[in-house]
Amino acid sequence: MTVRITAEPFDPYAELAGYTPRGEANRIGAAATFIGFMRDLNEGDDITTMELEHYPGMTEKALEKLRDEAVKRWELADALIVHRVGKLSPTDPIVLVAAWSGHRVAALEACRFLIEELKTRAPFWKKEQLGDRERWVEHNTPG
Amino acid sequence: MSIQVKIFASLRERLGSDGMELPVDGIATVADVWARVAPDQPLAGSVLMAVNMDYAQADQPVVDGDEVAFFPPVTGGTA
Repeated sequence: MTVRITAEPFDPYAELAGYTPRGEANRIGAAATFIGFMRDLNEGDDITTMELEHYPGMTEKALEKLRDEAVKRWELADALIVHRVGKLSPTDPIVLVAAWSGHRVAALEACRFLIEELKTRAPFWKKEQLGDRERWVEHNTPG
Repeated sequence: MSIQVKIFASLRERLGSDGMELPVDGIATVADVWARVAPDQPLAGSVLMAVNMDYAQADQPVVDGDEVAFFPPVTGGTA
């Protein structure tokens, strides 16, 4: 049941390998994971770096609320959210979401719910650097 | 006796301030806080609001000691 925001680069695969999900292991039949990376292209423009800002305190609170909703709705054994902030470069992992459950449908649906809701409810803001100019990302990509 | 105000991202740059402490006198709602923060600007529908780190509406009551935040639509996650 972890929610973590990190200003340092993180390795999502190591994060998963080092995480022991809550609950009885012999009752977990499925784990679904989503990893999002930074691309070097957005809306047709080359992006050199990106700054991810958050609202310390509220962001954690919003993510914990989402996690609790998902755990309750799909009766998950456990859920994990790791989100990067600060200065990012293309190919950097931005977000890791994982859901553990008895069965695949609950794990997959909960994982999808967590990443989609996070994008609209958790206070994060992206500012892209394009060579010598920069711009705030005004809206999410449709998916 | 005060309200702590926080402003984030593009809104912070547009208003030229990351927040302030306001005396609570005369402040009853989130909209009242906005009127002190940006007296010359109407509270646009695109501005999101929070009280004590929970999303709020403009008519939500505000009391002494509350933290009130204003920010643009959120753009976390990826792809």
